[in-house]
Amino acid sequence: MRILEAFSHSPLLIVYICSGDPSPQATPDLVRRLARAGADIIELGLPHSDPIADGPTIQAAAQRAIAAGMNTDVYFDVASVAGDAVPLIFMGYYNMVYARGLDRFAKDCEDSGISGMIVPDLPPEEAAPLKEACVRHGVDLIFLAAPNTPPARLKMICEETSGFLYLVARKGVTGARSDVLQDTRDLIARVPGGVPKAVGFGISTPEQAADVIRAGADAVIVGSACVDLIAKGEIERLERLVKDMKEAIARAKGKAPIVC
Amino acid sequence: MKFGRYGGLFVPETLVQPLLELAGAYEQMKNSDEFHRELKNLLKNFAGRPTPLYYARNLSRELGRKIYLKREDLVHGGAHKLNNTLGQGLVAKRMGKTRLIAETGAGQHGVATAIVGANLGFETQIYMGEVDIERQKMNVYRMQLMGAEVIPVRSGSRTLKDAINEAMRDWASTFEHTHYLLGTAAGAHPFPSMVRDFQSVIGEEARRQISEAEGRLPDSIVACVGGGSNAMGIFAPFLKDRVRLLAVEAGGRGPGKTDKIADNGASLGYGTDGVLHGALTKILQDPYGQILESYSVAAGLDYPGVGPELAYLAETGRVHPRMADDKAAIRGFRALSRFEGIIPALESAHAIGYAMSEPEALGELTIINVSGRGDKDLATVMEYENS
Repeated sequence: MRILEAFSHSPLLIVYICSGDPSPQATPDLVRRLARAGADIIELGLPHSDPIADGPTIQAAAQRAIAAGMNTDVYFDVASVAGDAVPLIFMGYYNMVYARGLDRFAKDCEDSGISGMIVPDLPPEEAAPLKEACVRHGVDLIFLAAPNTPPARLKMICEETSGFLYLVARKGVTGARSDVLQDTRDLIARVPGGVPKAVGFGISTPEQAADVIRAGADAVIVGSACVDLIAKGEIERLERLVKDMKEAIARAKGKAPIVC
Repeated sequence: MKFGRYGGLFVPETLVQPLLELAGAYEQMKNSDEFHRELKNLLKNFAGRPTPLYYARNLSRELGRKIYLKREDLVHGGAHKLNNTLGQGLVAKRMGKTRLIAETGAGQHGVATAIVGANLGFETQIYMGEVDIERQKMNVYRMQLMGAEVIPVRSGSRTLKDAINEAMRDWASTFEHTHYLLGTAAGAHPFPSMVRDFQSVIGEEARRQISEAEGRLPDSIVACVGGGSNAMGIFAPFLKDRVRLLAVEAGGRGPGKTDKIADNGASLGYGTDGVLHGALTKILQDPYGQILESYSVAAGLDYPGVGPELAYLAETGRVHPRMADDKAAIRGFRALSRFEGIIPALESAHAIGYAMSEPEALGELTIINVSGRGDKDLATVMEYENS
């Protein structure tokens, strides 16, 4: 519910960080600073040993976080401490969820103030058991659609997703890219009305973020660009990037025609 | 498609459609006489099938029972892997793909993919862990000779599992013109069924050959298991028969594990339910679901997962998971070389080593699948014996 409420104030900036990078202790403070800088929702990644949907930047962050002692128990402690300035969303791979037990995982999300879950390697066809657990604990299960998702499947995913629909901007894995593709615009346009749309994968600059909002998205997700700055220890630059992105999408929305 | 609760399609959305398209194309080709004619022709005239089912006289005498060897080591390229790469190569051709990517551990699947790439005219790139590149230099050079590019994988444990991760990441952006030629009966649907089908030629031949030679089916069949393609290949045509199916995993250095490393590759023996590379199966993992690094002296068995169909068949009791550790494998390697003049791959040597350590489990008449030849392993064995 908290996520849908947030979307009533779109355009939103959603920021992904890898929990535990550079250390579990550092994560709650990062969350608060990002929220102050303008992030509307934080995607808190749980690092996995085998992140098949992620490019080198987030792979490296996951390895650092695991080495720094991040695990699922610590993850929920960190989330609880991070506070409730903005809604938090879990992002992580299905085996981590499965290993803990689906109901227990959803309950831990509820108890630690996490409003939604994104599980990139769990398509709706395989998600029924987790969906049940999420419904029981009032946690949104957010599904992804990609440029190569055909129309009938896109419709099914729109019906299954809750909170919002995560649009994968491009083929391939996560990681900063320099352009916004026609594929992305086409995908945004293909989503039926009424479903909140957040676009991620490859968005790293305020200009790209503004493009995506102008193309009709309700939110922009930025990940690798932020993870990269955290890796370099450049937290002030990170805050400035978030601020700039937030301003850029607000301006873009002002100029944009009303969509769905 | 699932095997009980195992299997499935646990992949990022971008890969769902390419996998469904592959499954659809494969279903069509399964029913195409022309496809089967073309594949049969290549298997016979290029790969050298059928392979002999050889009565191992000396090993039989040693173990006090009749032992036949299915000689997949004689397939072109030196292992059973070509059965699958030829099949998938033809599927990819018909789907209009121009590039093949594959993962490889020991290098055998990479070589078999490079062969098909050269022969059928694909651009070919092979992902291989840095650690494996180091221990399988000859196979790297073989791949390169046949025009394939070998891409070193530096992420994670730098072995087979990471090579699969990297190939999946590649495929997520190249699927339009690229076929991911997975080498084992694991991963997301349709790979487990498709690879099993292409490898079933091993079991179909063996069934005919043992019936001709002995007038009956064997009491047991022994095969080594990494992901499980040679095992599923020889087991599949016998699933409905009263034949004991013994799946020998890598016992490695033993059952021990640390936070990050399992000392073995025995996912059926020591693993628990989990999702790896697109399928729910038995995997080696820590309590939080982080995948452990596996270990085996045989690079081709050094994998922390197993095909979902084998996980299912092991659970129902149809397949019996067994183990041979490094020592038993080296013993099998030496024994087959010495008794029969056949140097088996270190992977296959696990099956031999197991048979030697538990001969009473084999019954009176058994078939051991010699999935590959051991030339690639000479340096590894020499090093093992000196350490």
